[in-house]
Amino acid sequence: MFNASLKQLSIQLAGKKISSTELTSEFLQRIKQLNPEYNAFITVNEDLSLAQARAADQMIAAGQAGPLTGIPIAQKDIFCAKGWLTTCGSKMLSNFVSPYDAGVIERFNQAGAVNIGKTNMDEFAMGSSNETSYYGPVKNPWDQAAVPGGSSGGAACAVAARLAPAATGTDTGGSIRQPAALCGISGIKPTYGLVSRYGMIAFASSLDQGGPMAKSAEDLALLLNVMTGFDPRDSTSLQRDVEDYARDLQKPLAGLRIGLPKEYFAAGMSNDVASAIDKALDEYRKLGAQTVEISLPNAPLAIPVYYVLAPAEASSNLSRFDGVRYGHRAESYSDLADMYRKSRAQGFGPEVKRRILIGTYVLSHGYYDAYYIKAQKLRRLIAQDFAEAYQQCDIIMGPTTPTVAFNLGEKSGDPIQMYLSDIYTSAANLTGMPAMSIPVGFGDKNRPIGLHIIGNYFKEAQMLNVAHQYQLATDWHSRSPV
Amino acid sequence: MTLSVSDVKRIADLAYIEIDDNEAKETLTQLSGIFNLIESMQAVDTSTVEPMSHAQSVVQRLREDEVTETDQRELYQSIAPQVEAGLYLVPQVIE
Repeated sequence: MFNASLKQLSIQLAGKKISSTELTSEFLQRIKQLNPEYNAFITVNEDLSLAQARAADQMIAAGQAGPLTGIPIAQKDIFCAKGWLTTCGSKMLSNFVSPYDAGVIERFNQAGAVNIGKTNMDEFAMGSSNETSYYGPVKNPWDQAAVPGGSSGGAACAVAARLAPAATGTDTGGSIRQPAALCGISGIKPTYGLVSRYGMIAFASSLDQGGPMAKSAEDLALLLNVMTGFDPRDSTSLQRDVEDYARDLQKPLAGLRIGLPKEYFAAGMSNDVASAIDKALDEYRKLGAQTVEISLPNAPLAIPVYYVLAPAEASSNLSRFDGVRYGHRAESYSDLADMYRKSRAQGFGPEVKRRILIGTYVLSHGYYDAYYIKAQKLRRLIAQDFAEAYQQCDIIMGPTTPTVAFNLGEKSGDPIQMYLSDIYTSAANLTGMPAMSIPVGFGDKNRPIGLHIIGNYFKEAQMLNVAHQYQLATDWHSRSPV
Repeated sequence: MTLSVSDVKRIADLAYIEIDDNEAKETLTQLSGIFNLIESMQAVDTSTVEPMSHAQSVVQRLREDEVTETDQRELYQSIAPQVEAGLYLVPQVIE
């Protein structure tokens, strides 16, 4: 049951082979047993989860079930969920019981899914290893000496360790795809604007996008069908016709043109990753696809551009945490400004402070043009590179990360090395294009490797088709560390 | 570009984050490294490029000027650090 796909679980629930209450209890029991080891969840609330499970059982009994009704989903602790502690991995929100539901949570609730708990994450989603969480690092279930990646590290660990059938994540520079790769699961960041950002605690608003993380592309399609959709409360939510993201899963891949950016197959990628990616591309050729070399000349600038734009937006977004309406307030202070300064100094961890300072600086008088505007101009050049590349190919592939998971503590003292973990992923956030990672093998120390699939805008159904066909032909996605 | 400890303290002040001398020194080292990385942007000529602020070129939606929120003051204030008589309390600002 812990290895079952969402479709299989749905069939069992619909056929009354198991109730949602039983299923939820089984996962809660497993979390209770294994979470002390992995630290994948910050909050588990059996009463709230089981109440949702009982409601789901009633929906099923009444014949009102949808594909996700009764299925437990782990929610990243960045999504506000009414009545749930919602910390965003920070001391700043360690006492924040959300008074409302995020758009994504509402959608899962309406679908009758069960919130099985809130997953651990890098503080305010700023990190690539889960080590910046105030609630301690998450362990990689494949090797507990390794990081799970981040910022959605708890979500990736929960799915890989079979603590939840599926999970939600958010991705600002790679935070769904990088942990999915390092934990050997599948994850997709949809086109910017498809998933509501309402109630998803903001990091960098023009880059943040929620998305699902699961064992397979087929599961991701079912989750996307629930997660996406217009939300008037998010000013950048797109008004589009409803899509069935599973509609093209079975299409053959003959004739598919896969673009391989030469900049992504250059120095920096480790040999074990290069070898697994090559084998995956061979498999795609066997499935009838052809590969073409493409160039994204400005791709190497994605990291510097990202580390101007994301901190700039973060410094603005995180100014709301002032100890007045919610969150941490310092115990003693001399006046209002001192209260702000002390509350923020105590509530934020070192990485969050670092990024707020970078952002404050690049937006400050005299530096705005040299950094912020410059970065926005380069953002356009990077987007143009992709637009030109799509003249020659249907889809782009490469490694999700330059190496397999690194060790806990290995990069935590060196922010720049940590930032370079997102070297292949951040361009998709800058351009707003959909991108995903699927497992394609194992490298050094038997740690998982992910294939990065970048699609053109709104090509999620095609990407899921491309991923699913690979998963029909291989079994990397069904390997489990437990 | 070279940052100094006083720059770091000035930025921290703008960001309303208390920082002591030791933290400022440590932060200076890290920020200098990050700004060296960022500096590589300057190598590309962008004089004719329009800035891209957003992934999608969409216009701001407008809506009718109608009340859409219900009064949930008590609920929202139940998680506030300090409230009194329906007001959020902060240290005195005006003498």
